Amino acid sequence: MSDFFQFLISGIAVGSIYALAALGFVLIYKSSRVINFAHGQLIAIGAFIAYALAAWLKLPIALALLAAVLATGLLGFVVERVFLKRLVGQPIISVIMVTIGLASVLDGLMYLTPFGSGNFSYPAFLPQEPLRLAGITVSYPQLLAVGFTALFLLLFGWFFQRSTLGISMRAVADDQMASMSVGVSVEKVFALAWAVAGVTAASAGMVVGTVSGLNQDSLIAIGLAVFPAVILGGLDSIPGAVVGGITIGVLQNLAAGYLNRFVPGGGTELVIPFVVLLVVLWFRPHGLFGTEEIERV
Amino acid sequence: MQPTHPEDLGPILLEVNNIEVVYKDIIQVLRGVSLKVPEGHITALLGPNGAGKTTTLRAISGLLVPEDGEVVSGSILYRGENIANKPPEAIVLKGIVQVPEGRRVFKHLTVEENLRVGAATRRDREVRQDLERIYHYFPKLAMLKNRLAGYCSGGEQQMLAIGRALLARPRLLLLDEPSLGLAPLLVREIFDIVAQINAEEGVSVLVVEQNARVALSVAHYGYIMESGRIALEGSRAYLEENPDVKEFYLGVAKSGGRKSFKDVKSYRRRKRFM
Repeated sequence: MSDFFQFLISGIAVGSIYALAALGFVLIYKSSRVINFAHGQLIAIGAFIAYALAAWLKLPIALALLAAVLATGLLGFVVERVFLKRLVGQPIISVIMVTIGLASVLDGLMYLTPFGSGNFSYPAFLPQEPLRLAGITVSYPQLLAVGFTALFLLLFGWFFQRSTLGISMRAVADDQMASMSVGVSVEKVFALAWAVAGVTAASAGMVVGTVSGLNQDSLIAIGLAVFPAVILGGLDSIPGAVVGGITIGVLQNLAAGYLNRFVPGGGTELVIPFVVLLVVLWFRPHGLFGTEEIERV
Repeated sequence: MQPTHPEDLGPILLEVNNIEVVYKDIIQVLRGVSLKVPEGHITALLGPNGAGKTTTLRAISGLLVPEDGEVVSGSILYRGENIANKPPEAIVLKGIVQVPEGRRVFKHLTVEENLRVGAATRRDREVRQDLERIYHYFPKLAMLKNRLAGYCSGGEQQMLAIGRALLARPRLLLLDEPSLGLAPLLVREIFDIVAQINAEEGVSVLVVEQNARVALSVAHYGYIMESGRIALEGSRAYLEENPDVKEFYLGVAKSGGRKSFKDVKSYRRRKRFM
């Protein structure tokens, strides 16, 4: 039984990383219906900026993390202003294609830096000894992942449900023209969404870096790993991203723990989440918490 | 004496001077439209489908831009300042708010959230009071405040769209076809509330309508638009007595009794207002 809880706890920790990575993705989709294929690159850039500040400039780690979060937020903002602003009002698919191009460009730029190959790790700042509670081990980086996710979930929950700006962002997602008719600046809303997406992406990148080290390819891959999580949770739902991320993480750990021994070669953890995803979409095509199109009859 | 010019009603709040509007750089929709909106009154802009009424409203509110339209000549003076081709958010801040055609409420937001978006540009602290005022004018909305707007009826959505616009504290409210797709009794109710808000709050209104009868019942002054031009204008009483308006827009034939549609068509071909 303690095995089961160990798998569950590790699953929640891994799932929190997916959730954190998924938040920024959902944020952009929620306000502009754009699927951002460059999200993995934002995650990687955020993580590397933090590394550069901490390891090279010897900034205190907390300061380095904070500065990296802000810098990546600024990068998201600039990307929106420079590349996507002129596409407002154009078909969504054009914008999505631009994000694919953007992903390639950012990839290429990263290969030009020392981070293009090899592995890096942050200067140790958390206790190495894992926590042991009733036979279950939890590492401090895992706690960090859960903590960050919980923090952003609460912040976003308040922001989108209570604050006027958050409600306006949902309004823009719903009907751009109607939002303009009452003076909401659609451009400002998009720029803000990208800035905040950059902030969450950097946070996700830094948590991944703390848990498992920094490597460009694996950081970028997280941008794609969020797809099952966000589709499961519903593309435009913040709580959905968290529930979806944690569900996928837990399923992966349970599959690896219990099923792999029956399958020669193992690898069930890569398949099981998608099986569950298919079953869920069968019954709830909008995901667990996604918005259903309202049709009045 | 009947007022024969909008100036007779009061100071002019908005003056549209001979504007031409072109969509996508090629399709000309307005060919020199001029009209004046007197402050504190309800002005109606009437006319058939495709006459350019909605385009005129959008030129005023700035909502031409997302449709790829542009005012290519003429001017739109609001309190003396030319606002033609300004972005919609700047125009809302100046005090002109449009209720879009087809209501366009935010379907996935609750009724109260929809209203709060209306106040998104405001910096003052009186939003709460204004919400209560809207609930006073539209008691139905108060009962539905936590319902998703997408599940409200057409009439409730129209009330919500008007309430949302009013929360931006407009000095001039632009209404685009508020009667669209609504039952006659509801249309009456909505126009009565608009008249009440105009009288009590002093908000000037420019309303575009195909339903001339109901619009003229509350308007103080009216314009009739055909094929991208203003064809006729006058006070409500003048328009209601005009034989052409009677025949084409109010559905009353000169001889009493209805003419067959075929007769009207041929008559129309011979003589329009211009």
